[in-house]
Amino acid sequence: MIPNDFDYQKASSIDEAVSLIAQGDEDTKLLAGGHSLLPVMKLRLSMPAKVVDVGQLQELNYIREEGGALAIGAVTTHQQLASSELVQQKAPALAQAAGVIGDPQVRNVGTIGGSLAHADPAADYPGAIFALDGEIVVQSSDGKRTISAKEFFVDLYTTALEANELIVEIRIPLNAANQNSCYLKFPSPASRFPIVGCAVALHKDGGNCQEVRVGFSGVGNAAFRDSAVENALNGQSVNDQAIANAAAQATDGVDVLEDANASEDYRRHLAKVFAKRALTQLA
Amino acid sequence: MGNLIGKSVKRVEDKKFITGNGEYTDDIKLSRMTYASIIRSPHAHAKIRSVDVSKAKDAPGVVGAFVGKDLADQGIVGVPTGWQVNFKNGDQMKEPPHPILATDKARHVGDAVAVVIAETAAQAKDAAELVEVDYEVLDAVVTASKAMEAGAPQLFEDVPNNVIFDWELGDKDSTDQALANAAHVTKLNIVNQRLIPNAIEPRSAIGDYDPSRDQYTLYSSTQNPHLIRLLMCAFVLGLPEHKVRVVARDVGGGFGSKIFHYIEETLVTWCSKQLCRPVKWTAERSESFISDAHGRDHETVAEMGFDSNQNIVGLRVKTIANLGAYLSTFAPAVPTYLYGTLLQGLYTTPAVHVDVTAVATNTVPVDAYRGAGRPEATYLLERLLDTAATELGTDPAELRLKNFIPPFDGVDQPGYQTQVALQYDSGNYEAVLKKALEISNYEQLRKEQEEARKEGRYLGIGFSTYIEACGIAPSAVVGALGARAGLYESAAVRVQPTGKVSVYVGSHSHGQGHDTTFAQLVADYFGIAMDDVEINHGDTESVAFGMGTYGSRSLAVGGSAIVKSMEKIKEKGAKIAAHLLEASENDLEFAEGKWTVKGTDKSVGFGDVSLTAYVPHNYPENLEPGLDFTSFYDPANFTFPFGAHIAVVEVDAETGKVEVKKYFGCDDVGNVINPMIVEGQLHGGIVQGIGQAILEGAAYDAEGQLDNPSYMDYAMPRADDVPDFELERTVTPCPHNPMGAKGAGEAGTIGAAPAIVNAVVDALQPFGVKDLDMPLSPQKVWRAIQQSS
Amino acid sequence: MKKQVQITVNGVSYRGEVEPRQMLVQFLRENLELTGTHVGCDTSSCGACTVVLNGRTVKACTVLTVQADLGEVMTVEGLASNGELHPIQEGFREQHGLQCGFCTPGMMMSAWQLLQDNKNPSEGEIRHALEGNFCRCTGYHNIVKSVQYAATKM
Repeated sequence: MIPNDFDYQKASSIDEAVSLIAQGDEDTKLLAGGHSLLPVMKLRLSMPAKVVDVGQLQELNYIREEGGALAIGAVTTHQQLASSELVQQKAPALAQAAGVIGDPQVRNVGTIGGSLAHADPAADYPGAIFALDGEIVVQSSDGKRTISAKEFFVDLYTTALEANELIVEIRIPLNAANQNSCYLKFPSPASRFPIVGCAVALHKDGGNCQEVRVGFSGVGNAAFRDSAVENALNGQSVNDQAIANAAAQATDGVDVLEDANASEDYRRHLAKVFAKRALTQLA
Repeated sequence: MGNLIGKSVKRVEDKKFITGNGEYTDDIKLSRMTYASIIRSPHAHAKIRSVDVSKAKDAPGVVGAFVGKDLADQGIVGVPTGWQVNFKNGDQMKEPPHPILATDKARHVGDAVAVVIAETAAQAKDAAELVEVDYEVLDAVVTASKAMEAGAPQLFEDVPNNVIFDWELGDKDSTDQALANAAHVTKLNIVNQRLIPNAIEPRSAIGDYDPSRDQYTLYSSTQNPHLIRLLMCAFVLGLPEHKVRVVARDVGGGFGSKIFHYIEETLVTWCSKQLCRPVKWTAERSESFISDAHGRDHETVAEMGFDSNQNIVGLRVKTIANLGAYLSTFAPAVPTYLYGTLLQGLYTTPAVHVDVTAVATNTVPVDAYRGAGRPEATYLLERLLDTAATELGTDPAELRLKNFIPPFDGVDQPGYQTQVALQYDSGNYEAVLKKALEISNYEQLRKEQEEARKEGRYLGIGFSTYIEACGIAPSAVVGALGARAGLYESAAVRVQPTGKVSVYVGSHSHGQGHDTTFAQLVADYFGIAMDDVEINHGDTESVAFGMGTYGSRSLAVGGSAIVKSMEKIKEKGAKIAAHLLEASENDLEFAEGKWTVKGTDKSVGFGDVSLTAYVPHNYPENLEPGLDFTSFYDPANFTFPFGAHIAVVEVDAETGKVEVKKYFGCDDVGNVINPMIVEGQLHGGIVQGIGQAILEGAAYDAEGQLDNPSYMDYAMPRADDVPDFELERTVTPCPHNPMGAKGAGEAGTIGAAPAIVNAVVDALQPFGVKDLDMPLSPQKVWRAIQQSS
Repeated sequence: MKKQVQITVNGVSYRGEVEPRQMLVQFLRENLELTGTHVGCDTSSCGACTVVLNGRTVKACTVLTVQADLGEVMTVEGLASNGELHPIQEGFREQHGLQCGFCTPGMMMSAWQLLQDNKNPSEGEIRHALEGNFCRCTGYHNIVKSVQYAATKM
């Protein structure tokens, strides 16, 4: 498995990276860890003419609290996220999602920015980003813009990212629900990508649900927030019955993927099961 | 004799592997080496209108490009099969050619069509993309039962209905009658799904033609270099065998898939002659999926009859076996002689009949994969037993104990003659099951199951008691059965002048630990240190001949050949020793590395005798110098290891996920040289069985595309998919080979799959689920629960 | 289009020119002839190519050589020091943690990472930490024992 030949440039700064992709050439690919891009290049499903490597830009590798949010540099690895006490504390769903991606070697190299840009429908992060109400900050030669999860994830392998834009940061708001969040997945026996990945953030006050956000990975063409579950639980007293009722609404009105691992009905069923399990864990 | 037999000696081969010094075929780099990239059909069934390699030939670095016609023009027809199974009516089986590169038609996705060779692997890969093949896509058929139907796509002009042969064994009339009169008949439709062997080392081959000596060397990741040389020289390329050397250094697992003579081996050998340069081909994993022979793929209807006392009275089996697009080396033998003959199982069933139809389809060829036929036989028997136990309201262990063949040692009691052609060597079947029941604490397990069910948790306990025919095989027997080669083994034991021992054995080690086991055997026999023994294998230039490693035969057959040579050395050594000691041979005894005159302290050591053999100044008259013997051992019978496995699973009824919680086994592989190695073989085998039961299965769509052609889709067992194993052994020696050894390579795989499936079906009893086909994926299990409840 | 790289492998610095598309595993195997690191798949699944890059394990089939420029690599050939086997190597031999040996180098590197991060892992933690490495021979039973053995020696 050998990729096609290509030109390689290692960016020494964000500015240089952005200028190298400024022309918005579809034949130019950004490389971070490479664990989304290189596998498809080896299969020659992607044959870029130029690869711009941003993987070692230290200015894109950080996890910090900033302006009421957890700010995460785009080339922060899954392993760094999974083992970060700050992330475990402020957004456990994100740390948990990062900790179940691929395997240890993949987590040591793969980056959050790279994974989000690839937008594999079965990636673990997007469901968590939805549940945590995260935002994606991107930069081009025209400057920065901030994109909500809902705007960012468009479809299978399709995002709102323009060809001249680089993901620079992921922002997760600091709030009570995010602090009480989790991510559970039911993996494919082969790839271990999620057949269903469910992230939930839940804020209770006096036993009542003040805020709940439910995000799914692996279920639809793109990750999504499940408002049916949220609406059913918001304001309710959080007990087994209420959780069961809310979880039973999962994927209502959503188109669900069908593949060799799971037919549509099975996947819907699993989404309900994992919504229930995640909510129960947080209740 | 010594004190090494039966000891868990640490492996001598480990050092090179743990330090990165193994030498696998792809590690070999020859001067002026070139790299081949093979163009394979993306279609399951297509006419090849044309193949154009001209653009590829002009690409940077390319040194050659060839198509099927180039080989056909030199009279090269293709690779042969090694077994012949005739139709029931006596007609010879259909044997369509398997070309090295397809010419008229591509018959499966992955069928090789052209090859491009370049200075670097990357250049070969780039140039391969420039090869233009004009295909006319034809309808494909992938399921054997469908391929037999009228109107199905025909793979070959002269193979009507794609039927390669039909075959039967056992007494049909008495079986039909037994089932008609049975008080109860348990019937199952069973699919033993297609598996992809997936040795972690992808296949690799290097052809190296030496024009100065007009000699060829083929380096290949094969389990049996001599057989490859024989097949390639005599039946494919027509090369003189003494001009061809085949070398298989370290091989990264085989499991059957590296037994066969593959087209790539012939291809690189032939290409290296055309180019007068070494040519290397190493499979990418995606190529392995569509070019390594697959395993299993049976569709079966099986019926087992019982009398009113729950004694088995008859077994009727009808199987359709998918052989894939071409006949691989062992393919005809697998669903016949390695399958039908095992349907007696461990039971006294008085009437057995099996009917097999072998069919060609537009899929990768199917051949032996760990167990080869015997897992398929055991699976259906053991599924029938557990299902019958449920239907009859009896305990599955009790039902087995009731029907086991009584113990026999093959010495004082004769071997057991089955209804399906074999004579079992020795066995004590109730002993292994009773031991397994004991170590699993079976009654306690049933209690835990009962408690769990009250909590809404679904535990299941599954049994499998198996027998296998190993140590393949007696040449006269397999010859009568259609084998085109003998299945003996050879071993040379060369004692060097200093008393060090070099052993050259035809068995090939690719994980089995022969370097250790055979060295133990030799060191123990001569009473010398293991360090003084070197085991050589895998090179036709140094080893006299060999049939290779498969069918759990290395120790029972290869080891016996070593023993035969050692006996000759001991006999000759005694003559030399007697001369040196001025005593009669009859007065000598050999122990602890020396010959001693009985009742005296007069002795001469192994080293002194060895030196004398090579420096024969003071030497017996009429005795040749040297201490070096080659022997061929042809076994008198198969060996018949057996065992009992018990699996405990838990099914998550909400998701359908199966977790293997505990696994117990008691196996009897006869006498054991190195228990550590035997256990390792069992562990690995069990996980391949668990893999088949819950994870693995090649999925072809109706167009013949493999839907799971990579590890992203084909589920391999990982460390966290399986538990630790609790294993015990009983020892019932094989009565007909010198070590009493039976073989351990396939036992785990044969035992495990039915134990797991039986356990899952047992777990799902509260839902009324009676049967499930492997692999027991979460979705399949969940759906069965939905449909039953 | 070739790029200059300088990579330290097992303590020795190498300079070379490589095609950008070359994977680190090929650099090790072809350029440096360190063939202990193996290639078992093309989907970053099997882990036979696992090496340590800048202190953490990676699948060298999915890292470009140019990405490793100025980096430090440890391969199986660098595990032993001064002729003494590393406790992980010792563990694999003592506990029969290998059969054909093909997956072993990668498996040992993953064990190395685990024991860096967790000095005393449970059986479950070991099995989980090895999820990126396939072994078709051993059934993993003795690999787990090998890692446990190494943990007690480190």
